[in-house]
Amino acid sequence: MLYREAGDFKTSYREDSQTFPLRLDRWGYYATLAVAFLVIPLVINDYWANAVLVPFLVYSIAALGLNILTGYAGQVSLGTGGFMAVGAYATYKLSTSFPDISILIHILLAGGITAVVGMLFGLPSLRIKGFYLAVATLAAQFFLVWLFNKVPWFYNYSASGQITAPERTVLGWFVTGPQTSAPAKYLVCLVFAVGLAWIARNLTRGTVGRKWMAIRDMDIAAEIIGVNPLTAKLTAFAVSSFFVGVAGALFFSVYLGAAEVGEAFGINKSFLILFMVIIGGLGSIFGSFAGAAFLVLLPVLLKNVLVGTLGWPTDLAAHIELMIVGALIVVFLIVEPHGLAQLWRLTKEKLRLWPFPH
Amino acid sequence: MTPTTSTAPALTDPAATDSAVQPHVTADGRQIGGVLMDMRNITLRFGGVVAIKDISFDIREGEIRAIIGPNGAGKSSMMNVMSGFYVPQEGEVWFRGQRRPQMKPYEVARLGIARTFQNIALFDGMSVLDNIMTGRLTMMKSSLLEQALWWGRAEREETWHREKVEKIIDFLEIQNIRKTPVGRLPYGLKKRVELARALAAEPKLLMLDEPMAGMNVEEKEDMSRFILDVNDEFGTTIALIEHDMGVVMDLSDRVVVMDYGRKIGDGTPDQIRSNQQVIDAYLGVAHD
Amino acid sequence: MEQFLYAAEVVVNGLMAGVMYALVALGFVLIYKASGVFNYAQGVMALFAALTLVGLQNGQVPFAHMINATFGTHLDTFGWTLPAIVAIALTALVMVGLAIAIEKLVLKHLVNQVPIILFMATIGLAWFLEGLGDVMWGADIKMLDVGVPKGASEALMTVTEQWTGYGFYIDRLDIWAAAIAAMLVAALMVFSQYTKQGRALRAVADDHQAALSVGISLRFIWVLVWSIAGFVALVAGIMWGSKSGVQFSLSLIALKALPVLMLGGFTSIPGAIVGGLIIGVGEKLFEFYVGPLVGGATENWFAYVLALIFLVFRPQGLFGEKIIERV
Ligand SMILES: Nc1ncnc2c1ncn2[C@@H]1O[C@H](COP(=O)(O)OP(=O)(O)OP(=O)(O)O)[C@@H](O)[C@H]1O
Ligand SMILES: [Mg+2]
Repeated sequence: MLYREAGDFKTSYREDSQTFPLRLDRWGYYATLAVAFLVIPLVINDYWANAVLVPFLVYSIAALGLNILTGYAGQVSLGTGGFMAVGAYATYKLSTSFPDISILIHILLAGGITAVVGMLFGLPSLRIKGFYLAVATLAAQFFLVWLFNKVPWFYNYSASGQITAPERTVLGWFVTGPQTSAPAKYLVCLVFAVGLAWIARNLTRGTVGRKWMAIRDMDIAAEIIGVNPLTAKLTAFAVSSFFVGVAGALFFSVYLGAAEVGEAFGINKSFLILFMVIIGGLGSIFGSFAGAAFLVLLPVLLKNVLVGTLGWPTDLAAHIELMIVGALIVVFLIVEPHGLAQLWRLTKEKLRLWPFPH
Repeated sequence: MTPTTSTAPALTDPAATDSAVQPHVTADGRQIGGVLMDMRNITLRFGGVVAIKDISFDIREGEIRAIIGPNGAGKSSMMNVMSGFYVPQEGEVWFRGQRRPQMKPYEVARLGIARTFQNIALFDGMSVLDNIMTGRLTMMKSSLLEQALWWGRAEREETWHREKVEKIIDFLEIQNIRKTPVGRLPYGLKKRVELARALAAEPKLLMLDEPMAGMNVEEKEDMSRFILDVNDEFGTTIALIEHDMGVVMDLSDRVVVMDYGRKIGDGTPDQIRSNQQVIDAYLGVAHD
Repeated sequence: MEQFLYAAEVVVNGLMAGVMYALVALGFVLIYKASGVFNYAQGVMALFAALTLVGLQNGQVPFAHMINATFGTHLDTFGWTLPAIVAIALTALVMVGLAIAIEKLVLKHLVNQVPIILFMATIGLAWFLEGLGDVMWGADIKMLDVGVPKGASEALMTVTEQWTGYGFYIDRLDIWAAAIAAMLVAALMVFSQYTKQGRALRAVADDHQAALSVGISLRFIWVLVWSIAGFVALVAGIMWGSKSGVQFSLSLIALKALPVLMLGGFTSIPGAIVGGLIIGVGEKLFEFYVGPLVGGATENWFAYVLALIFLVFRPQGLFGEKIIERV
């Protein structure tokens, strides 16, 4: 009898279209935010930051970005890794060229640069559709990785071909470089993740979101009722790439600290993020977080079980992990093609009716 | 776009003024005005198939104009030409006294032309409300930044358009399915939601491609009532493709008859009923 | 002249690489035509087939690594080696088993899903198979030798030397690959023309609904076509594996079949072949002329970018007809 709409009346359309129409949902949301901002930073340690929370937040941003493009606008992309690389290399170039400007601004600019690159590779989407587009985005993936590998200017001619994040501070705290504390890493990523999720929510519930979904569901009809497919698709590519670029920037500068493009941003990264979006739920913001959490936690868990408990060598564990993730994808698509977000929705639906099932 | 037709003589349509039917008031008191859309010598081919062959007809402001004909006659193709979705090989489209240049479908929509589709073309992943809101997309002005921050025009617009859409929801009596994903609706309701989406655009010209196909008698009556009400209350001009002769004769002011891509009749329902060519075409071809 | 002959050699080698791409693309086309599934796992199937073949041939104990890790044993091989032909036959059986398993465990449950969901399922399948291949047979690079001749073709070198004054270097393996690919295509043609199953397959490809209504079992068709695709993957795996060893990169190379398909169209067997050849030659020539100017390794992306640019100008592909969408 707790989770109810009853007594929660809407008196205006504005209230009706807010993000969490149910009071209890709203409270849950505020409570989560409070814990995330006020409690976790006090208790977080290096292991939790590096193994779980920071990658979770960074991947959530990337998944949000891909979800905007694929889940909302219906354009499948296999180039996410390449676009993350753009964000990473842009931050690297910016922060080494303009050391006096805040790294946070560099990260946002890197997002902007990625948005432009994303739009460029999004242009063909006007003429290429469906699978063909998915394959075409592989061009972005392979070309960008090759580019960052082959043009030494991008990695400042370093001998190793790697990029290494310079040490930068925000408000006197290190946020990049080896001296960065766990809470600082976590908080930087959290601020970006929450801010971007809020923006994603705003965009998807309003005008541009409806344009995207219209294009996704039936592009011809969308065009005939007045949606310009070019601008709708390009904004989707731009916004999506902005998110992905910021994720790449954080992944490199805050999480990894140093990166080699083929390893950090290869084709498997593209697939990983696509899987997060599918498992989490296409066209769902909550789903982007859920999918990221799932695929970040799963390997940690498997590693603990397979390596920690069973004592298997790590390479074997990695292969088993590949099998399990692959199988899970298939299982998810069979059991619930709409992902964790839908499961969550159904659970809430049941709760709403509980204890009277009808 | 030139603002008025009279000041732009090069674009004014001489044929419009001396057309056969002058502006008049119908028996039930509706105002029929000048020519709203004029299709001139339209020819459309798909490879070897001639879907439309040199057809001309006009649609007057405030009227209900039916397009009928056997299956494959080219009716939907004609509507697609009117939408700007098909580009005819020959012919001109005139709208509100001006020649309409080659336009993309979304530009045509902005001129105030909205439509429904023969095979329902709703956005299945969205709720009824969101589907209808898409009808108003051409009127939304807020920038991407405003929308991203849900600030300024973005929020005001949303509320304002929502109110408009709620009126249409009330008008079409679909309040209780507002939040339902359209994919889950039965066929008849989908057709109604599609009409709602088109109405939300507050079009000058509303085009309906077989709005009653596959409906039972009761649903057809509802739909007919809605069409008449729209025409009557908002003065919306309507182009209607329909196979049900009874409905067509009841609803429409004038009828164009097509067969194998040609026009074989054009006139009031009474004239069409007594047109020998039309009778032959319909007797010769099995249709539903 | 010298330069021209170099280029000619590059073209010939490109053609040979193209045959390989075409082989993998062929598997895609078969499955796509018969079931509308865009099988991303085709490349990994080739890898898996090659791994299985090597494993069987060398008498490797499957899952040895895992068993050893769990029970502390030291299993490695059974101590026998199988003749190539037996190993190939057994691997073909394994691929049929795989097709049946895929139909039973995956496809059957996804019948009414939209294509993109099926596509994603095959990506999941690809990961699973990749992991399975490694766990079963170990992840180290393996040599594959089933007796396909390798090394420069002396005869060709001498002949070209005599004719042009420049001896072309062409790997005998590539010549074999081309011949085998041609035979495979011919065999498929014969199969689809003259056997009952083949005709059923064509019927389904032509018109799904009609074929089902005359009583062709969709599930049977799926197993059949996935088995054939598995066999094609095996052939591709043997060729690639003999050439450059059996390793993960094989599935990445197989990914190049995707741009091949974009050029040739997802449903056209001639398209797959022509597309494969164009991409093979194109990327070798590009690397030859432009590669040195930009630091090389352009083969990593050339095929994709070429396909992308091509499709922007001709969305229907090489052989497709222009379709005007309807509403
Ligand atoms: N996009 C297209 N590509 C090829 N041919 C087309 C296309 N659209 C329509 N046609 C052809 O044009 C002709 C007219 O079709 P259209 O759909 O306009 O007929 P219709 O009068 O609406 O018929 P119905 O009553 O069955 O809806 C048909 O022969 C059809 O096959
Ligand atoms: Mg029609």
